[in-house]
Amino acid sequence: MQRYETEVIVIGGGATGTGILRDLSIRGIDATLIEKNDIASGTTGRNHGLLHSGARYAVYDLESAQECIKENKILKKIARHCIEDTGGLFVTLYHDNPKYHDLLLERCKLAGIKASEISPMQAMAIEPNLSSHTLKAVKVPDAVIDPFRLTSSNMIDAVERGAKIFTYTAVNKIITSGNDSVGIECINKKNEKIEIYANIIINAAGIWGQHICEIAGIELKMMPSKGSMLIIDYRTNNIVINRCRPPADGDIVVPGDTVSIIGTTSKEIDYDKIDNCNVDDDEIDTLLKNGEDLLPNIRRTRGLRAYCGIRPLMAVSGKVKGRKISRGIVLIDHKERDGMEGLITIAGGKLMTYRLMAEKTCDLICKKLNRKLKCTTHKLPLPGSEKKIPAKQTIKHFSGIPASTVGSTFYRHGQRVHNILTKDKKNYRLICECELVTEGEIEYAIKNLNVKNITDLRRRTRIGMGPCQGELCAYRAAGLFNEYNSTSPEESLKLLKDFLEERWNGIKPVFWGDGLREIELSYWIYQGLFGLGDFGDSDTEEN
Amino acid sequence: MIKLQNISFDHCIKCTICNVYCPVARVSLFPGPKQSGPDTERFRIKSPELVDSTLKLCSNCKRCEIACPSNVKIADIIQEAKWKYLKRRWFRPRDLILSRTDLMGKFATLFNSIVNFFTRRSIVKFFLYLFIGIPYQKTLPEYENGTFEKHFYKNYPDQNKFPDHVVFFHGCFVNYNNHKLGRDLVKVLNSLNVGVNLVKEKCCGVPLIANGYINKAKKNAQYNINSLSEIHEKSNFKIVSTSSSCTYALKNEYSNLLNLDNSAISNEIEYITKFIYDRFESGNIFKMKPVPLRAAYHSPCHLERLGGVIYTIDLLKRIPGLDLVILHSECCGIAGTYGFKKEYYKLSQDIGKDLFRSIETANPEIVITDCETCALQIEMNTQFKVLHPVNILAMAVKE
Ligand SMILES: Cc1cc2nc3c(=O)[nH]c(=O)nc-3n(C[C@H](O)[C@H](O)[C@H](O)COP(=O)(O)OP(=O)(O)OC[C@H]3O[C@@H](n4cnc5c(N)ncnc54)[C@H](O)[C@@H]3O)c2cc1C
Ligand code: SF4
Ligand code: SF4
Repeated sequence: MQRYETEVIVIGGGATGTGILRDLSIRGIDATLIEKNDIASGTTGRNHGLLHSGARYAVYDLESAQECIKENKILKKIARHCIEDTGGLFVTLYHDNPKYHDLLLERCKLAGIKASEISPMQAMAIEPNLSSHTLKAVKVPDAVIDPFRLTSSNMIDAVERGAKIFTYTAVNKIITSGNDSVGIECINKKNEKIEIYANIIINAAGIWGQHICEIAGIELKMMPSKGSMLIIDYRTNNIVINRCRPPADGDIVVPGDTVSIIGTTSKEIDYDKIDNCNVDDDEIDTLLKNGEDLLPNIRRTRGLRAYCGIRPLMAVSGKVKGRKISRGIVLIDHKERDGMEGLITIAGGKLMTYRLMAEKTCDLICKKLNRKLKCTTHKLPLPGSEKKIPAKQTIKHFSGIPASTVGSTFYRHGQRVHNILTKDKKNYRLICECELVTEGEIEYAIKNLNVKNITDLRRRTRIGMGPCQGELCAYRAAGLFNEYNSTSPEESLKLLKDFLEERWNGIKPVFWGDGLREIELSYWIYQGLFGLGDFGDSDTEEN
Repeated sequence: MIKLQNISFDHCIKCTICNVYCPVARVSLFPGPKQSGPDTERFRIKSPELVDSTLKLCSNCKRCEIACPSNVKIADIIQEAKWKYLKRRWFRPRDLILSRTDLMGKFATLFNSIVNFFTRRSIVKFFLYLFIGIPYQKTLPEYENGTFEKHFYKNYPDQNKFPDHVVFFHGCFVNYNNHKLGRDLVKVLNSLNVGVNLVKEKCCGVPLIANGYINKAKKNAQYNINSLSEIHEKSNFKIVSTSSSCTYALKNEYSNLLNLDNSAISNEIEYITKFIYDRFESGNIFKMKPVPLRAAYHSPCHLERLGGVIYTIDLLKRIPGLDLVILHSECCGIAGTYGFKKEYYKLSQDIGKDLFRSIETANPEIVITDCETCALQIEMNTQFKVLHPVNILAMAVKE
């Protein structure tokens, strides 16, 4: 059994957890993060990545809206390379109640969100695919944020400042001494037990926070609400499009990197279902139908995959449900609530309020540790976002390498592109042809970004996230693991198979048209040509 | 965001078959149709900054489109991206000259002997190379004295006497550079009791599209659509062309690439050998005399794309005495005006190398091909004379 000591333990490697880890390491507090899967594998990697302007909340939840616009402005500065400042539209279609439009404008003003009315003609000029049934439109400072890059950048910065991260290590016990929690016991993939002792334990396990409290002997009730989303093969829109009506299913289409995402549905589920919930057929229908109202072309496009996430909302008042429940940040000092010293829970909030959540948590930690250290994360850019450099300049710098490749690598890693690309042909040859991921980027990720398998690699680079969903890149990536990470050929094959299973799961809900043809070809290649079906353990065979 | 006209890239299943058939990717750093077409189209939609300069290496031969099992209009996507996103560096006299085949033709046919005299001189070629970038190794097409149109109205006043009729879209090459082909066509069609009619036409636009003069191409295309649909509406005549590239443009590119409505004529246009094949099949065959020649047949890219090669081969096979070698289908490398640019000269030669070699191996007396620029390329790179299938058919007509 391994045994460590540190000042603060952070449970959960989502945006919140890694955000806290970074904040602590900047303040100079020794910290260790424990994540049971990969970073950003929880709710953080399962949303549509809207960098809210706050307009979506302005009408019903002014406080959240104000929080959003404040963080929106901060993140646009410190996390440039994780954000694309697309702007957003709220459109009223002819059968929507136009009163909501006026209400929205009024409440945005109150919240300090710059919302301006534009004519339907102007809206169509900005977004030519927009429905011609648009009656009214409002422009807001919405943007998109990539949760994987955001989490990864927080991790890189924290680790470079001395923090530790254990992924694929699950916390299964809170060690207590009297009434106080003093450490955790966790278990890793190799079934090794690890004990870590610390002054303070942070429960940043999102929706799983209920479970963490449970093993600490504390009752905490989460209200799991599932949201499903559908990914479209390419960008049908280059600006965030919101339906101007009270929040409902399928009322937003977000352009995320090379794709567009229709979001979302909202379904209450039981807490014991949170680890195996799937996208239901009726949700896909709802999303497509509503998406089509906004962008009529959408039905002619290819659905790439569908996925769902669970909103980590906490039952505070116990009355309001689903979408109308407050997205507010909940910070609990369990000493005050339950008399247990050393445990803090942070939950609620949003992806884009992760920094604020981290700030609040770390302020509380500092108070408890009696350290007078100030938060600076609102000023200190994330690694990769240090300077404002236009893509054009970087493309020019790497002239000789295709602009599409340089531009995409820069888009994903910001200034760290200089640690990735070289003019060596082997370095910039493409491994993932759909998302333009080079061999150099994969080498960089495997060596520097805490990557354990191809799915982790996907979260760091977008490999396998394009139209072919791993058809051409998966086996190449498996080979590179063998080359750089000294996995054995057998281990690499296992990684390949797991990755294909993971991709397959997200494609299943959208089995039609070109996507179906694509997966058929993939199946032929891997099952027929490579004989992958005969490999490995038989318990995954039935999938 | 742009309103996309061509969303066929979304049907690509990444099978990579197209790459195998791309003649340019085989001999250069061009990343191939898959990468340049459907793959990076998603990135160009995201941000025009992500456009690759290698797009310009695509010769628009369309072999990728023939190979694609998903009906992705790969070459169209690339052409569109080329002229939409790649800024042309500055005004280029060379591109203008190469793309304005009609203007050049009008001028040169007036002073053809002088123009031909000069373009044959190596010193002139040297200056052409130096100043406007036309490779000096290239033989420039020779010009005729006057236009085919003029000759036609003077020499064939009696076309009304035939029971059947077609409209002949002669294109620039017949009009300015190769009257013989036009005359042979009239001869062959007349022997089938079909009268030939001309209408007002402009350059079909292929060289304009290739050089990025899209507005001019659109103007020409609209002119041709109007003029051809007018006569077709009145007379119900079919329209034929002896140029595979003109035919492809009129039939497909006007709508796919230039986004014009050519539905009134697109089904009425036929490449000439298909038209003659249909007559032959319905029993309307002229009497043939033997043409005792050993000939190698090269199938041009755009005729392959049209699916018209089988008709040409079928006609040639019917000619008694003709000893026909059908060459493996390959791009000759000229691709219209592509091979006339010094930056692509070497590439164009490399692409065509295998074809030239297989022609030499076949050891024919003549080469037959349907495309005017393929003919130029082959004549330049082998010692053989190149004829059009219609020339051979005319030789077989027994008067
Ligand atoms: C459908 C949907 C759409 C959304 N859209 C947006 C949006 O557009 N914009 C926005 O800002 N927000 C959005 N959100 C909200 C946002 O996704 C979440 O608020 C945010 O990601 C929560 O991050 P987190 O780090 O707190 O939790 P998580 O990302 O869930 O992190 C918790 C981590 O803890 C780990 N963990 C759990 N148990 C253990 C254990 N025992 N040991 C070790 N580790 C453990 C988990 O594996 C997980 O990685 C959306 C949410 C949903 C559901
Ligand atoms: S048109 Fe020809 S040159 Fe261009 S990509 Fe297709 S096959 Fe290659
Ligand atoms: S042949 Fe067609 S489907 Fe196959 S990769 Fe090329 S464009 Fe895609």
